Amino acid sequence: MTEERKHKFKEGSFLELLNYKDLLYQLVARDIKLKYRRSFLGYVWSVLNPLLIMIIMSIVFTMLFTKKTELFPIYLMCGRTVFEFIKTATDKALGAVTDNASLLKKTYVSKFMFPMSKITASMVDFVFSLGALVLLIIYYSFKYSRSLFSFWDLGIVIVIVEAYIFAMGLGFLLAALNVFFRDIKYIYHAITTMWVYCSAIFYNMGSFYDKGAKQIKEGTTPYALYLAKAIEYLNPAYIYIKQFRAFVWVPICGRKLEAWAFVDAKDFILGFAYAFLMFTIGVAVFRKSQDKFILYI
Amino acid sequence: MSEYIVDVDKVTVRFNKASENIDNLKEYFVKLVKRELMFKEFLALKDVDLKIKPGEAWAIIGTNGSGKSTLLKVISRILKPYKGSVQVNGTVASLIELGAGIDPKLTARENIYLNGCILGYSKKFVAERFDEIVEFSELEDFLDTPVKNFSSGMKSRLGFSVATMVKPDILIVDEVLSVGDVLFRKKCMNKMNEMLADGTTLLFVSHNMETCKNMCDHALWLNKGEVVMSGEIEPIANEYMTTIEERKAKEKAAKKKKQKELEKKAKEIEEKKKKKKAEAE
Repeated sequence: MTEERKHKFKEGSFLELLNYKDLLYQLVARDIKLKYRRSFLGYVWSVLNPLLIMIIMSIVFTMLFTKKTELFPIYLMCGRTVFEFIKTATDKALGAVTDNASLLKKTYVSKFMFPMSKITASMVDFVFSLGALVLLIIYYSFKYSRSLFSFWDLGIVIVIVEAYIFAMGLGFLLAALNVFFRDIKYIYHAITTMWVYCSAIFYNMGSFYDKGAKQIKEGTTPYALYLAKAIEYLNPAYIYIKQFRAFVWVPICGRKLEAWAFVDAKDFILGFAYAFLMFTIGVAVFRKSQDKFILYI
Repeated sequence: MSEYIVDVDKVTVRFNKASENIDNLKEYFVKLVKRELMFKEFLALKDVDLKIKPGEAWAIIGTNGSGKSTLLKVISRILKPYKGSVQVNGTVASLIELGAGIDPKLTARENIYLNGCILGYSKKFVAERFDEIVEFSELEDFLDTPVKNFSSGMKSRLGFSVATMVKPDILIVDEVLSVGDVLFRKKCMNKMNEMLADGTTLLFVSHNMETCKNMCDHALWLNKGEVVMSGEIEPIANEYMTTIEERKAKEKAAKKKKQKELEKKAKEIEEKKKKKKAEAE
């Protein structure tokens, strides 16, 4: 037989994906191509959309909140792009196995392939959509007539890696659960809506700390402080958003920011820990249950 | 590596035949609370043994629902056996579901690459054979047309050409394979015979004993998931035919009986009617 199709990695394992790396490339390319092919605005649309949302939200929230955030549009855009990536990637991965039921019933392919291709396509999409952020920073550079880009911006690669690993884990978990329980989709949508409000996307953590300090002064239990700590330690999405801002938004604003905006080693350790924990859980659940998929799809 | 190219050892496949399939959390919890979570076992295959040496051609016969396609699915790794083991030492090309991975939104060119990759080949490997595939499928003029605009015949041609781009070690063929027009079907048959002559192992599913006898030298007869007979094709095919004939005869007899009864009843009713008429007069 030809030298092709020598399967280097064990059937059913995560690494089996590497036997199919060309297929992964094909599937990702297909998703990207189909998204941008034959649509009038094409790439422009994926940049325009976040910009428009940013403009509306900036107008609404700068009027609404008393606690001011420096350069709110950039702050908001950083948070939104990162969260949008986690949300769309996991949401698409959720239906990936059930949507490919007909294919899985007919041929053998590593089942990890389907959520993986969706998450990777979303990641590429996320990188494309950074164009909106670049445009925004260029606009402010002209406004302040100095370049607001810095070498710190390159640090977002670390954030992308963390979020990508985290999204894979969550995506595999959801994809596997969705095979057995089709209403996971609705539950997950409710959870993501809640998640948006817990991720400090359009407000800043400063309000919690101010309130907490006030509560301590008054001698009452500082619930606001507890809430802030809970978000900072238990919400991986916020950890990634915070890091992303630390690389893009903080260097622009400089030293005048309050303490909550700055990251330290703890944030990166936590970020990677959550990513690998989620990844391990997701892969383990998917692996254990994949042989039963065929009976339920 | 053992001497067998396909080694199916005491394979049992189990399905859940519960009356309703529970596929959401809400129902799951309701049933859990009500203690109605049932598992009705259904064995699609029971202790099936099949050992194939390289170069043999096996026919798998049996009536509908006897487990033929389940067996093929187990061999092509789609289904995992509940008990027993399956070993396949070679590449499998399955011509049961042609073009399973065809995406209607993509063009023929893109689909050839996508399908090749689904079958486990690398992009480079498909690229090397691209011209060959296109030539065989006779779709040169439609390479950049989205497949959704293709006729079903064109789609099957595309699927067949990709599936047979290399000589596989094991070829799985369903008899009801309908690929395009007569000419193309002949081309497919030629290609398959060519492969067989080259020493490819064949697994053939069919209801037609004549074609089976022509193509295969061995046979496996399944009935309700159990092996009835397995071995040389001649005696099995004959035995199978007699059983089928017997069953047909039985069915015919039963039908005749039923018809006679019906006729009798109809006569009785008519007689009654006549009597009533006579009485009325």
